[in-house]
Amino acid sequence: MRKITYLEAIREAMQQMMREDENVYLLGEDIAEYGGAFGVTVGMLEEFGKERIRNTPISEAAIIGVGIGSALTGMRPIAEIMFSDFMTIAMDQIVNQAAKIRYMFGGKAKVPLVIRTAGGGGTGAAAQHSQSLEALFTHIPGLKVVMPSCPYDAKGLLISSILDDNPVIFIEHKLLYKNKKYMQHVPEEIYRIPLGKGDIKREGRDITIVATSFMVQRSLEVADILESEEGIDCEVVDPRTLRPLDMDIIISSVKKTGKVVCIEEACYFGGFMGEVVSQIVEKAFDYLDAPVLRIAGRDCPVPYSLVLEEEMIPSVGRIKKGMLDLLGRF
Amino acid sequence: MKSLSKKENYDKMTVLNENLTKEIQVEMLKKIIEIRRFEERCIQLYQQAKIWGYLHPYIGEEAVAVGVCMAIGVKDYLVSTHRGHGHCIAKGADLGKMMAELFGKSTGYCKGRGGSMHIADTELGMLGANGIVGGGIPISVGAGFSCKMEGKGRVVVCFFGDGAANNGVFHESLNMASIYKLPVIYVCENNLYAISMCVKDSTACENIADRSLAYNMPGYTVDGSDVIEVYKIAKKAVEAARAGKGPSLIEAKTYRFYGHHPNDPAEYRGKKEVEYYKKEKDPILVLENRLLKEKVITRSDIEEIERDIQKRIDEAVKFAEESPEPELERFLEEIREA
Ligand SMILES: Cc1ncc(C[n+]2csc(CCOP(=O)(O)OP(=O)(O)O)c2C)c(N)n1
Ligand SMILES: [Mg+2]
Repeated sequence: MRKITYLEAIREAMQQMMREDENVYLLGEDIAEYGGAFGVTVGMLEEFGKERIRNTPISEAAIIGVGIGSALTGMRPIAEIMFSDFMTIAMDQIVNQAAKIRYMFGGKAKVPLVIRTAGGGGTGAAAQHSQSLEALFTHIPGLKVVMPSCPYDAKGLLISSILDDNPVIFIEHKLLYKNKKYMQHVPEEIYRIPLGKGDIKREGRDITIVATSFMVQRSLEVADILESEEGIDCEVVDPRTLRPLDMDIIISSVKKTGKVVCIEEACYFGGFMGEVVSQIVEKAFDYLDAPVLRIAGRDCPVPYSLVLEEEMIPSVGRIKKGMLDLLGRF
Repeated sequence: MKSLSKKENYDKMTVLNENLTKEIQVEMLKKIIEIRRFEERCIQLYQQAKIWGYLHPYIGEEAVAVGVCMAIGVKDYLVSTHRGHGHCIAKGADLGKMMAELFGKSTGYCKGRGGSMHIADTELGMLGANGIVGGGIPISVGAGFSCKMEGKGRVVVCFFGDGAANNGVFHESLNMASIYKLPVIYVCENNLYAISMCVKDSTACENIADRSLAYNMPGYTVDGSDVIEVYKIAKKAVEAARAGKGPSLIEAKTYRFYGHHPNDPAEYRGKKEVEYYKKEKDPILVLENRLLKEKVITRSDIEEIERDIQKRIDEAVKFAEESPEPELERFLEEIREA
């Protein structure tokens, strides 16, 4: 069985959908001969030509606006915003336009636009190239927000996103792209993973970990350590889509274990996991045997210093310690 | 309102040339070499993983920063870009503090929190490099506001690339600076590429300076490899700004000798093109040859300049290496206080 990287899975999803449907096209900065800042679109210009692999100037607001306009008129654009930090430059188009058009127009229009972008830190790229901004988007009705944590999910979720008639924010993680450690078997054919359906990445009895994106991989690492060192059996739940959110899968896990820790890379204050926790408390309070624990990025911009960055983003050490404290083991 | 042709600009400028003392010209050479050698060392250190993240060398473009910064004073403001080391050095930044920042050390300009793309020295009027392309352009309008309200003739220089000129903020900012007649000098460093995208493919007009017409401000194109030409045009724009005549747009035609960053092989550029610029448009060679020819300087003077700069860069690296990492305790406390 062939194994591929996260980056290859994303590329394959786009290539296959472009072969299936001539209305699917890409636009973004440096995506043509250069293959994108992270190399996701390498080789696509050669197959699809420059009309469908459209290099743009550094004009993020227009990139998204162009995507919206062509989506409204029959195309299925995939816009690439090089770093998720630059999404903020296109915020009017994303929040006031893309998200609202279908509803505002009485359901008579649709915006089948996918915005792919690279999020997250751990790369020493400092404050403006490392943020995890998903909560800005999950707050907006009309947007779907997807954050795959592995190659298999990346392909299936991206295909569903392209087929979806609503704008989808598809946030990839830089540390997942090329790392061979995360390579996985990915079917060669087209397959879909429904948006709004979470996944149990590891079954366990003692405690539920809810995590997103790269933090799913980090949680799995911690789960292995806790099992071998402490005999603690963790269940790792990956919502995969943050909006719509599969709360059922989270609640049933919490009902089983009675304890939950929510882990995200984004800053703690106002983070997406605040929403998850509040829903857990509303829907499963009686099942909880311990306070809910949140472990998140420290409330500051991502620092350049590797020493500080390691401290800012939840590390294996910090997650492990937090969980042991919660479980009363010191 | 008319666009000034290149020829016209140059002719008007010859007068200023006479004011250019030998000392100033030698100083220009020193600064250009200082930037070059600093950047070369940075690339080496990047390859040794002493510096990480994103590093955008300024090699090949040194005459732009030096020519412009020689035309302003210490009290004037400067707004920089992701390719900002040259701007910092030309404005007079300390090499040790810069290097320490690139090493992520506590003694760096930003206590190790910023890195290459965020170096700032507010005491020097350096309002920051920027990781966001175009991010500094509107900030320069605000600084221009302050200068105007202060009324002491202070000016702002705003550097940005050809790529940045296609972001919406460029339009919003230049229009505003013009309607309010703000003392801002816009300097577009047109190095022909924004990462892989050639300016011919990204930009609808031939010269970015042509856009000055739409903003009703003087526009100039200048050979960015020639520090004296850059200086003359900048001086004119600075004088106009100080005199309350409002902003100008200078487009310096330049070239980056290396890739966008140290790991970019820059395969999107033809070998011939790169060779041409390295041979004909190297700011160091252009100035050295002129100063040698005019007997302002000798080979051995140049060697001495090189030795002195090498020594200062060695010292900067040593300072950075020996400096402590940022303290975790302090970091956590400061976050809590914020
Ligand atoms: C808003 C934004 N979009 C994209 C990027 C990624 N990026 C960094 S530098 C760069 C090219 C900038 O080109 P230019 O303005 O010409 O400056 P140069 O690198 O040539 O000096 C791009 C696209 C960014 N940092 N910010
Ligand atoms: Mg450029």
